[in-house]
Amino acid sequence: MLRRILIANRGEIAARIMRTCSRLGIETVLAASEADLDSVPARLADRVICIGLAASAASYLNVDAVMAAAHRCGAQAIHPGYGFLSENSRLARACAEQGIIFIGPDAEQLAAVGNKLSAREHALAAGVPVVPGGAVQTISEARSLAQSIGYPVLIKAVGGGGGRGMKPVQEAAVLDAMLQLAAAEAHAAFADERLYLERWIGGGRHVEVQILGDGNGVIHFGTRDCSIQRRFQKLVEEAPAPNLSDALRTDLHAAAVAFARHLHYRGLGTIEFLVDDRENYHFLEMNARIQVEHPVTEAICGVDLVAEQIAVAEGRPLRLRQQDIVFSGHAVECRINAEDWTRDFRPCPGILQQVEFPAGEGIRVDTHVQSGTQVPPYYDSLLAKLIVHGGDRPDALRRLNTALSRCHIRGVECNLGLHSALLETDDFHQGGVHTGWLPAFLERRLAGSLHG
Amino acid sequence: MNLTNEDVQEILQLLDATSFNELHLETDRFKLALRRDGAGEWTQTLQVVAQPSLLASAESPALSPAQVQPARGEATADTQLVEVRASLPGTFYRAPQPGAPPFVEIGAAVEATTVVCIIETMKLMNSIRAETRGSIAEICLADAQFAAKGAVLMRIRPEPG
Repeated sequence: MLRRILIANRGEIAARIMRTCSRLGIETVLAASEADLDSVPARLADRVICIGLAASAASYLNVDAVMAAAHRCGAQAIHPGYGFLSENSRLARACAEQGIIFIGPDAEQLAAVGNKLSAREHALAAGVPVVPGGAVQTISEARSLAQSIGYPVLIKAVGGGGGRGMKPVQEAAVLDAMLQLAAAEAHAAFADERLYLERWIGGGRHVEVQILGDGNGVIHFGTRDCSIQRRFQKLVEEAPAPNLSDALRTDLHAAAVAFARHLHYRGLGTIEFLVDDRENYHFLEMNARIQVEHPVTEAICGVDLVAEQIAVAEGRPLRLRQQDIVFSGHAVECRINAEDWTRDFRPCPGILQQVEFPAGEGIRVDTHVQSGTQVPPYYDSLLAKLIVHGGDRPDALRRLNTALSRCHIRGVECNLGLHSALLETDDFHQGGVHTGWLPAFLERRLAGSLHG
Repeated sequence: MNLTNEDVQEILQLLDATSFNELHLETDRFKLALRRDGAGEWTQTLQVVAQPSLLASAESPALSPAQVQPARGEATADTQLVEVRASLPGTFYRAPQPGAPPFVEIGAAVEATTVVCIIETMKLMNSIRAETRGSIAEICLADAQFAAKGAVLMRIRPEPG
């Protein structure tokens, strides 16, 4: 049983992990940058250790500083949260070599899914459908592959993630130029300019399945829909994914479990799928960590995913069988970001003057801010996540509507108004919008405000 | 002892059975205020007041004043020059990506629309334009240095036209 965990992260997820640790009687030490020494998570932690300067590269992304902090405070395990070093195989390997538990999969599994091309190959080997496509090493290879799978195609980076190095190509004439652009972006972002091509699937939905493995068995916790996104950044997530046929839902669950089983996966993870309007599904990638949107799954399953993640990391077998996972109702999460959505999502660091959130049955707020908090310019803009849980989807949306009106954040601009505007649309009420819906909605609004 | 969402739910269940519309709870670690509005819905304001318990690190990172103090740009005697300022606080980058040549060097001719640098704020890259036609007279910050909001990034010698 773990006694002390180093949390190598910041923001709401650091506070979230501490809540579970405190319930389990595990001491927490927060590894914080200089900019975060006075943050809410720093106040909630049992101890705080400074791992470097504000810039992420000098602190939260520094494997050696994190390992040194773990030894210094006598932590038996490191929880990496999401982002930063959460899927870094070097940290996982350093932990394994130095007798510290990395709360995540092992270095080989991280490498297998971190390389998007190798993840694709594992999906094929596990019998999980992928988008037609493949690796391209030369321009001529790319030309002939694009020809055979048919335009439009999507160029992706093998190093993968966050939309960087990703370029849609409508026609053969611009393929060469786009390949060069994508390679440059991929090199800058991942120090790896290898690319692959996939057929571009328009009108698709982003549906993912939460899984947990102990190295032998794998169970799933159902679907989430994360299609409301902009520039590959998710804004609203819900569980279960609405408006899917039972047959497709069953297939997605089975595909996710098959993929994780094929890897003998040990840890918490998410398999992402693209679902087209004819209910065909394709493997996109696996996220080998806790995700931002995990609370919607916790709401409908009544499970503490961080507690289960810690248990398998300790080497314990799964404590839940598939039949123990019972779904109840519907949950929606809104990401509340410090950005001015009326001015092209301009980021808004600054000092929060007032922070007030709703409370009550079916309402959960995961946050790292309070009145007086300084939102630093160095990190992402997530202030809080508002999660509502209702008996069914209409009930959850009703609850969301009144809950949003009781959120008051003053001092920096935030996107609460956008969430309220989304909630007024018929499409969102209907459920099951595709990934192009939010950008189109924003464009229509912009056009409307210019003409009106 | 920190407060959890479950704790708040339990308190609310107790309060729902009463006629009280407001509760203030204070411990040495947190201050919680719960308020019920006209529609019977609750809001919460939570203030964690516990002080961080800082563990001295074995080797504290060496901090040079330049890294700690955000650069604000220096005053100049030449009043002819036009300043390019940071509209947001963030990290100043002279090139579009690591290893690439800088957008501009001293003496470079620029149009109003020429991108002269990038400010990275909250993981977003914002291109900064010259906004003045002329030539670059001064570059006030080092690459990857942090710029405060309104910091002078560069100075341009304007050219009529």
